[in-house]
Amino acid sequence: MNQQAFLNKVMPFKDKVFRLAKRLLVSQDEAEDATQELYLKLWKNKNKLNTYKSVEAFAITMTKNYCLDRLKSKQASNLTLIHSNYKDNHANLQRSIEAQDSVEKVHQLIAQLPKQQRMVIQLRDVEEYEFEEIGELLEMKPTAVRVALSRARKTIKEQLINKHAYGLK
Amino acid sequence: MPTDLNNIENLLIKYQEATTTLQEEALLKDYFTSDNVAPHLQEYQAMFQYFTGSKTEQYTKNIRLESNNQKRKWIGMAASIALLAGIFMYSNYQQNQKAQKAYADTQNALQLIATHMNKSTVAIGHLNTFEQTTQKVFKLENQ
Repeated sequence: MNQQAFLNKVMPFKDKVFRLAKRLLVSQDEAEDATQELYLKLWKNKNKLNTYKSVEAFAITMTKNYCLDRLKSKQASNLTLIHSNYKDNHANLQRSIEAQDSVEKVHQLIAQLPKQQRMVIQLRDVEEYEFEEIGELLEMKPTAVRVALSRARKTIKEQLINKHAYGLK
Repeated sequence: MPTDLNNIENLLIKYQEATTTLQEEALLKDYFTSDNVAPHLQEYQAMFQYFTGSKTEQYTKNIRLESNNQKRKWIGMAASIALLAGIFMYSNYQQNQKAQKAYADTQNALQLIATHMNKSTVAIGHLNTFEQTTQKVFKLENQ
């Protein structure tokens, strides 16, 4: 596979790889590094890519494994991951500061979810994959995907309601 | 098409149970990113706006396929060769230095021996004269 053919094949999902990496690693810089690293790995394995049913699925699973490894080695070396460099580049800032706050809040709430729920919500609610696909990507049963997703959605909603309720008191 | 509020509420219940289809979720996203969202569904608005906003985030940096590692390898090799050469030259220089010192020491020692030798030769010279004189004397006596 030459470079151009490779790029045509792998470039279309680079943003998905990046967003999943960022969902797990949280920091923008680390997600960028991870994306770069993953693409190098893909390039090194370019001759094997044709043997996979879907290169995208292969890349997403690789991203998941890579990021989880990174997180594990972080924990092992006792580094805490606290990042607050999240910025949402919404153009319509004027709309309502409160609404904007809530949108930002969703990001924080997702960041507090268990890793598996974070990945599931990323792949379903942001990237819009089918349950079966998510099951394959994350090596889970589709029913387990549904359970995790339902928990994640409920947690986010309930915490947002709590926040609104505090606001009204 | 104005979306029926009842329908939205039903979909939201299914959404929480994670039983909505992607098409139904797309409907929800459409509704909650529009401007006329029912006030009691505000928390969902934040969620769906966040999800649609997140999907627009892009990886903007260039992707390098020539690994830096290759470059790093070369740099590493060059550095180690330079280091080895440095060590070699330094040890050479030190050996040189040692050899020169040893040479100087030996020279000093030889010089010292030479001076003493010279002194002794002078002394031997005296002895010679003494010998000659005594022989003369002995010869005289023998005759």
